[in-house]
Amino acid sequence: MLRDITLGQYYPINSIIHNLDPRFKILSSFAYIIALFIVKNIQAYFIVIGFLGLTIYLSKVPLKYILRGLKPIFLIIILTLAVNIFMTPGEVLYRIGPVKITREGIEMAVLMGLRLIFLIIGTSLLTLTTSPIELTDGIERVLSPFKKIGVPAHELAMMMTIALRFIPTLLEETDKIMKAQMARGADFESGNIVKRAKSLIPLLVPLFIGAFRRADDLAMAMEARCYRGGENRTRMKQLKFEARDYIATIITIFFVISIVVMRYIL
Amino acid sequence: MSIIVENLTHVYNAKSPFETVALSDINFTIETGEFVGLIGHTGSGKSTLIQHLNGLLKPTTGKIYVNDFNINDKNLKLTEIRKKVGLVFQYPEYQLFEETVYKEVAFGPTNLGLSDWEINNRVKEALNLVGLKFGDIKDRSPFELSGGQRRRIAIAGVIAMKPEVLILDEPTAGLDPRGRDEILNQIKALHSKYKLTVILVSHSMEDIAKLVDKIIVMDKGKIALIGTPREIFSQVEILEQIGLGIPQITQLVRKLRDKGINIREDILTVEEAKKEILDLVREKKNA
Repeated sequence: MLRDITLGQYYPINSIIHNLDPRFKILSSFAYIIALFIVKNIQAYFIVIGFLGLTIYLSKVPLKYILRGLKPIFLIIILTLAVNIFMTPGEVLYRIGPVKITREGIEMAVLMGLRLIFLIIGTSLLTLTTSPIELTDGIERVLSPFKKIGVPAHELAMMMTIALRFIPTLLEETDKIMKAQMARGADFESGNIVKRAKSLIPLLVPLFIGAFRRADDLAMAMEARCYRGGENRTRMKQLKFEARDYIATIITIFFVISIVVMRYIL
Repeated sequence: MSIIVENLTHVYNAKSPFETVALSDINFTIETGEFVGLIGHTGSGKSTLIQHLNGLLKPTTGKIYVNDFNINDKNLKLTEIRKKVGLVFQYPEYQLFEETVYKEVAFGPTNLGLSDWEINNRVKEALNLVGLKFGDIKDRSPFELSGGQRRRIAIAGVIAMKPEVLILDEPTAGLDPRGRDEILNQIKALHSKYKLTVILVSHSMEDIAKLVDKIIVMDKGKIALIGTPREIFSQVEILEQIGLGIPQITQLVRKLRDKGINIREDILTVEEAKKEILDLVREKKNA
């Protein structure tokens, strides 16, 4: 059940998307997110679907696998839909007592719901096709121009690497502790909310203690290997922009421009 | 409490790039009151196998019967199985969470819905069985105790549920020799005193040779060998191929035989070897 979260889990196959420069992938994900928020009409989503579809197709990651990443935010999507349908003022279509559904509300709900879904799919594509190491390498390089104004690029990147690296470890640990407590008769699945929240204590306490212990061990191990931050650190794998990266950049720019055109010019 | 496993296969992450066959076509029977050792390399499927025996994992295909319960039965209440089959995970001290040792050990029995009086009795008995003094330790925080003590408390937490089958996954990993001997002796006492069926997963051939009636050797998700310690440890070639060994004392005896000393080959414990060697020396003196 805990293995459903695809965000932050690398899908190790070989594809054009996997081989793109991580710097490009990070920046284009950023551009994609901004573009998503520019979209104000549903027609423009066809361009988004086209762009996303092309990327998914080229990435060779099975669609089913990507869609699994939506499961954890299912509730948020439903909530967004509900809030927008019932709370947006405008032309009333149905009225049940004090609750009214407006045309604008439905439009808004569809717009927001799809935006959330596209947002999650797009960003999970980044982490599905980029290994954590490449990802943080990319982040570090993208942020390095801001070092002059005091952005700790290397430290941020290192923190992210560590956080990403420990997601699967913590999931595994959660699974293990859950099983151990279930073997002692713990029940995580039934009862009302209060009872369920209480049943999480035997899971969360060991998990937190374990996380602190791991952090301690990791710090010690890094220290023992003379880790001193980013200064003068060399890399085994140098990032290099290649032809395919330039082509991908052009496609992405084209995508963003068409979204902007849809919004402000047409 | 007999356990029957038939054609058990388990596949992790089916239909994804991470798909791995953890167990394939496992068959064995464990009789009531048997002391069984489960050995195998890291990743040979031992942990996966034992998690099937109390329903934490479901077989991908195959059948498991614990007593007369069928694990695959959808109507089966899993709490029933977990009451009967106690499972102590590897490094169980990391699952502790309560403020006091008493509450920690009482967690299992409380989940079984027992009366306070019964819980109190069971906690007392379980702590006693793992060699801790109830009065001294019950109000202390488990987190201020030593690693070995914490492990014993975790084991007590499972014993307090009074299972009929006790499964321990490497209960002595990371303990010092004295801690190891204490825990093993307590497990042995539990087995003989309460006629528990015990399944012990271990990497130590010495411990296994000393304690168990039957050994199951696993390799790459399959059962490689199954039999009594004497049968298993006589098949040195197969064991070494798998990357396992035989008890050191058995190795010594084999070396002695290679040197032409006429000593029994199937010696498994230091005590046995001592007796044999003394007999040999006396014989020589008398001759």
